[in-house]
Amino acid sequence: MQCDICGKKKATVHLTEIVDEQMSEMHLCEECARQKSVQMEQQFGLADLLAGLSQAAPTTKETKEGALKCAGCGLNYEDFRKFGRLGCSQCYVSFSEHLAGLLRKIHGSNRHLGKAPYAFKAQVPAAVGTSAALLPSDNLEDLKKQLHGAIAAEDFEKAATLRDKIRALENS
Amino acid sequence: MKIEEFLTHTSEWLKGTGPSANIVMSSRIRLARNLAKAPFPSRSTKKDLETTLTQVEKALGHIPFLKGAAFFRMNELDQVDRQLLVERHLMSHEHASNPDGKGLLVSVEEIVSIMINEEDHLRIQVMLSGLNLTKSWDIINTIDDTLSKEIDFAFLEDWGYLTSCPTNTGTAMRGSVMMHLPALVMTKQINKVLAAISKLSFASRGFYGEGTQASGNFYQISNQVSLGHSELDIIQNINGLIRQVIEQEEQARQALLLQNRPMLEDKICRCWGLLKTARIISSQEAIELFSMVRLGIDTGILKDVSHKAVNELFIMIQPAHLQKIEAKKLNAFERDTKRAAVIRQKLVPRLD
Ligand SMILES: [Zn+2]
Ligand SMILES: [Zn+2]
Repeated sequence: MQCDICGKKKATVHLTEIVDEQMSEMHLCEECARQKSVQMEQQFGLADLLAGLSQAAPTTKETKEGALKCAGCGLNYEDFRKFGRLGCSQCYVSFSEHLAGLLRKIHGSNRHLGKAPYAFKAQVPAAVGTSAALLPSDNLEDLKKQLHGAIAAEDFEKAATLRDKIRALENS
Repeated sequence: MKIEEFLTHTSEWLKGTGPSANIVMSSRIRLARNLAKAPFPSRSTKKDLETTLTQVEKALGHIPFLKGAAFFRMNELDQVDRQLLVERHLMSHEHASNPDGKGLLVSVEEIVSIMINEEDHLRIQVMLSGLNLTKSWDIINTIDDTLSKEIDFAFLEDWGYLTSCPTNTGTAMRGSVMMHLPALVMTKQINKVLAAISKLSFASRGFYGEGTQASGNFYQISNQVSLGHSELDIIQNINGLIRQVIEQEEQARQALLLQNRPMLEDKICRCWGLLKTARIISSQEAIELFSMVRLGIDTGILKDVSHKAVNELFIMIQPAHLQKIEAKKLNAFERDTKRAAVIRQKLVPRLD
């Protein structure tokens, strides 16, 4: 029996896969099975969700999205959509509008209810975009978002730093 | 610690102890963590990776539970050594295949292992034998708390721990349980059970023996969702589900014994005989026979063998282990021969 994926090597692994309550048998070679198992663990339906997102987006937004870039690591939103991997903590802020919907689709919720890091427990709660603990961003939009967040959280010291940064950027 | 030392050690998760160890082989909790101020490994330069590796190694040195742990830099190990660590379930295949900038910590008894610079900066894993997720959580939670005093983790109040893949965001926790379900397979109920599990957004996968070969009636069940529930809620959900599957497996075993005990005895004893006498054996065949021997132990049909011995064999018959035991490269045929010898040595009482 030959491998269902590559059609070249001998199938030695026999998998039962369940998608949408439909059961299907797969016969794979070792190499393809290994890749398949990595996918199953990490990308459970992610490719489909991402593809669904691009269809839902209106065309005018499509062009804007194409140019969307992470201010921290420089990852294009387009590349995230292709490969399903984010590049740094700041990606979550830069792509926050899109990720909010995606996280809800994957997990059925976009509100964390688990534990927090030790240092965080003592702090004022921060909304998305206001955490100082991420890879620094020098994107004007992000800084403005962070400024709003800092004011809302009454963290005026941080707000002042952010205001200065924004001024410096606007004047440059 | 030298890689060779693993050959004479039994990992805690193989000891066949802990709650429901007759059906649940092991429990595992994994947490993904990233440094807030470094790009994730996939977008890191070699220098970034090296900086992360050094920083994390230093922080891990301060954790009491990890005293005496071994630390490996992947690019200092050869391919067989790395494969051996994968075979012991201490790290992923991905971690072994691209060794640059990657590290691995392994605690005493192999209870904790931490991959550094895999898909996320840290992948912390705690593995115990039997149905032991809560205890595993206690250990991993303490390690994580201590680490978070030294390392600034990527975290947002709204979305929790930030991970390279959004399927892990939130608690970034995956709990999984390795179950042995031969009676559900033999009574053809397994597909029904697996379908029910997938409906509840849990994933089930086969146990991969030699590299990837499936079967042996082993199924790994884990949570899919990591955001919107607390860690303890997720663990409670898994435990509830696992207890139901245990009950169904137990009922199926009773039914098999009631309906046709002589048939079951015959099948199990033949498998036992094969294992003790074979001279050439593939890993696929061995794993299927181990499954029957385990069922033989659980049903009282076999009395001269322990879970621990069979569990250890699962690990020892894999290619890198066989080659380390023999201390040289073996081709596929030589491995099949060595595998049969290793099994006989373990299961047949020596006359001399
Ligand atoms: Zn293939
Ligand atoms: Zn980024």
